[in-house]
Amino acid sequence: MRVRVNGEEREIAAASVQALLAELDYEGTHFAIAVNYDVVPKSEWAARSLSSGDEIEIITPRQGG
Amino acid sequence: MLTFYSKQFSSRLLIGTALYPSPAIMQTAIRASGAQIVTVSLRREAAGGKSGDAFWSLIRELGVTVLPNTAGCRSVREAVTTAKLARELFGTSWIKLEVIADNDTLQPDVVGLVEAATILIKDGFEVFPYCTEDFSVATRLVDAGCKVVMPWAAPIGSARGIINRDALRLLRDRLPDITLVVDAGIGAPSHAAHALELGYDAVLLNTAVAKAKDPVAMAGAFRLGVEAGRVAFEAGLMDARDFASPSTPVVGTPFWHAVS
Repeated sequence: MRVRVNGEEREIAAASVQALLAELDYEGTHFAIAVNYDVVPKSEWAARSLSSGDEIEIITPRQGG
Repeated sequence: MLTFYSKQFSSRLLIGTALYPSPAIMQTAIRASGAQIVTVSLRREAAGGKSGDAFWSLIRELGVTVLPNTAGCRSVREAVTTAKLARELFGTSWIKLEVIADNDTLQPDVVGLVEAATILIKDGFEVFPYCTEDFSVATRLVDAGCKVVMPWAAPIGSARGIINRDALRLLRDRLPDITLVVDAGIGAPSHAAHALELGYDAVLLNTAVAKAKDPVAMAGAFRLGVEAGRVAFEAGLMDARDFASPSTPVVGTPFWHAVS
């Protein structure tokens, strides 16, 4: 299905947030994730299913002022 | 002691983590500044990436309190979601709330800011709003539940120091129980001292240290500037005058004669 990950259109097979991280080869551990502007707590990544057209943001800590 | 939402700190300097020549210099400069609170941001992680982990471990090593920001957010919705992501990521209810109205001046969108602050405070956040020096805006933020207000000195990264001293002084006079921080536009330790001399509780800065020729030495200079400004405020500054007033006694001046 087609979703948008960090602003980019992608065709994915993953059906959950957890599976999406694995499919895209994310290796880090410090992420926060929002689907359609709703934050998905880490404890719900495996259970949170994805749908076609979802907008997913995968966020990490960065330098800031 | 300085209080931010029931947490106490001895340092009155809050410092950013961006724009340093290297991660090692960032760490050394932050330690030299004496700051106990650092600002961080949230950004997208590229597929396959783990750069966030590397940065986060540098910050953890410093043992400081983290204040995440919503830098770059241009709408209430973006800012509120970013704040919630920050709470999830950093495990803190603190948020430096920025809603930006204009790319050239990075002027805060004060209407959106009040709206976002209201939503976040109802959701349990402790909000540090980055705002202008406008008194009515500061009042709205306080009414919404902000215990901290952070007006700019000048536009972010401009290094111009305090442009509107009278307005900042008014905020201090009218909001005696609010923790006030001058955030943005500080370019020199003297600017930071000026903010503290006006009775501001702290300053927040980044570029002035990170972009100095020697960021570590400059961090130390800011630490001293902030301390000097605070001690001066507590000591009580004299009032300014329009005309000269001799410091050396006039009576007894050689060759002096009283005017008849």
